[in-house]
Amino acid sequence: MSAYSLRGLRWFEALSGGAGALQGFPASLKVADVRLGEQNVRLLAVVADPDNHFPRARNGEVGLLEGWGLAKAVDEAIDADRNAIHKRALIAIVDVPSQAYGRREEALGIHQALAGAADSYARARLAGHPVIGLLVGKAMSGAFLAHGYQANRLIALRDPGVMVHAMGKASAARVTLRSVEELEALAASVPPMAYDIDSFASLGLLWETLSVEQIEQPCATDLARVIDCLQQAINDVAAAPRDLSSRLGATHRAASSTVRQLLRAQW
Amino acid sequence: METLSFEFPAGQPPRGRALVGCVGSGDLEVLIEPGLAGKLTIQVQTSVNGSEQRWQHLFARMFDGQTPPAMSIDIHDFGATPGVVRLRLEQGFEEIGHD
Amino acid sequence: MTDSAALLNKHSFVELGARQRAKALLDAGTFRELLDPFQRIMSPWLLRQGVVPQSDDGVVIAKGNLDGLPVVIAAIEGAFQGGSLGEVGGAKIAGALELAAEDNRKGIPTRAVLLLETGGVRLQEANLGLAAIAEIHSAIVDLRQYQPVVGVVAGSVGCFGGMSIAAGLCSYLLVTQEARLGLNGPQVIEQEAGLDEYDSRDRPFIWSLTGGEQRFATGLVDRYAADDVTQIRQQVSQLLHLGVPEQHRSGQAELFLQRLARLDTDVQIEPATVRQLYQGERS
Repeated sequence: MSAYSLRGLRWFEALSGGAGALQGFPASLKVADVRLGEQNVRLLAVVADPDNHFPRARNGEVGLLEGWGLAKAVDEAIDADRNAIHKRALIAIVDVPSQAYGRREEALGIHQALAGAADSYARARLAGHPVIGLLVGKAMSGAFLAHGYQANRLIALRDPGVMVHAMGKASAARVTLRSVEELEALAASVPPMAYDIDSFASLGLLWETLSVEQIEQPCATDLARVIDCLQQAINDVAAAPRDLSSRLGATHRAASSTVRQLLRAQW
Repeated sequence: METLSFEFPAGQPPRGRALVGCVGSGDLEVLIEPGLAGKLTIQVQTSVNGSEQRWQHLFARMFDGQTPPAMSIDIHDFGATPGVVRLRLEQGFEEIGHD
Repeated sequence: MTDSAALLNKHSFVELGARQRAKALLDAGTFRELLDPFQRIMSPWLLRQGVVPQSDDGVVIAKGNLDGLPVVIAAIEGAFQGGSLGEVGGAKIAGALELAAEDNRKGIPTRAVLLLETGGVRLQEANLGLAAIAEIHSAIVDLRQYQPVVGVVAGSVGCFGGMSIAAGLCSYLLVTQEARLGLNGPQVIEQEAGLDEYDSRDRPFIWSLTGGEQRFATGLVDRYAADDVTQIRQQVSQLLHLGVPEQHRSGQAELFLQRLARLDTDVQIEPATVRQLYQGERS
């Protein structure tokens, strides 16, 4: 059993239909241009590279190379489609356990590398590229902020291994001076603290949650289901605002809307 | 965490309002606003359980036998010592006194 | 002015709370706070966990002028929950940036200054804090099309977590010696990677990598100021007057990838190595 997830890689391979990954990117970054139905799409996935030059980024974490690499991959799409009528969709296949934790990372400015990725994804969205986040595994903290969280639409697969959070349970327990059991008990009554994807969905941040049969390695029906959903998401974006306002409105995010209303009224 | 309420006889409401302090470890935030004439009301949210007596004593020492302005005071306390509580309250009183 | 007179005239910025910092930066008489503490727009999530809330949820939003330029300042209170962002505080910052961008689209040249004293996401609100930070990132990139977004990291908390990414998105960054700017807190790195990789109790070591002076020496921030209100104010004003930079630091993927490709990753990193690798190349 590997120390890292293979889901992102498998979904990348399945969605790219065997078209190989583009050259010119680190081995931990898979990029491919494919057609999904009538749409041009650039797939992006961060995967484990056991030979990563950076030893603290060998299990699929988003580190220095991955952050700047994502930025480069997205920038290329923005440049290539600058004058295109229909800009290709960018699909972030998200299966990232965390950002990379290490001395090299901090020293060389991993915060800046992740900003590079977030910057490019946000600019792509503002330029009219549909940006879709497809969560097939973990989508954790800084890694998700860099890869996926700037999407117009977020789609998650329903599975215990699909989780969004700011920090893993053990670390979160330590930092908040609680036991893991106490944390889990709290999470049961505080939806934003929960780790499961259905609790995350209740925050109104997801556009769709999908069940599949073989999440580790999609079968044909899984693939068809997801592709159909991706296409719908891309179409949904076409006539919509290019900001993240569609994430507002759930009951659990009432305060987020109230604050904005009050700011506007007092501006 | 506890929520406690206290009331004391008071004079007229002050004209101004004040905010002092911050909910940092060992500190507290105090919001002072004009209340209803004749009453000084204090609401305390504190991280320290079982501290009602301590607050009661502190406020009694400050207000018993006095006629403070009719203030509505909100305290958000994160384990401040009585000395720090008193300091913040006095800072707040001074601020509203300056209107 | 004699040295001692100059010293006496220095006013520490670091010792000021968030509200005082915002006031200190704005032109006299122009400070106007939105969603002020008396409105009590607080966290909906803390009380049920037995955590005492703060009336402004640890974020101050103030509009005013800075040397005549219309600005909105978002100041994070580092003393409250380590400056961590929850739903309300995060929405205050994101909402203010969104309205500033809207202003610009209507021809009103509102700039934004972010005073970043934060550990990132407030774990008691986890996914709502994280979501708000993603919205802050989006709003910075949007506003940056029209006006520079200036970030100030003064200390003593520093700027970590998802908000360090926000710092990385800013048009310009100003830091002091006391400041630190890094993605992960030292204790988390030590836990994840071990003591040899990162000793969270070794303060000189931490500052040598992520402290203000090193970040300035490596071109990851734009200005390095003394802990003095007047100097910081002047520098922020200068940065605002520079306008939108030709290229943002966060837009320089190619440059950073080239630099990283030259690095010998077989040896552990040293501060001097980073200075050599990054030195002299500013955005």
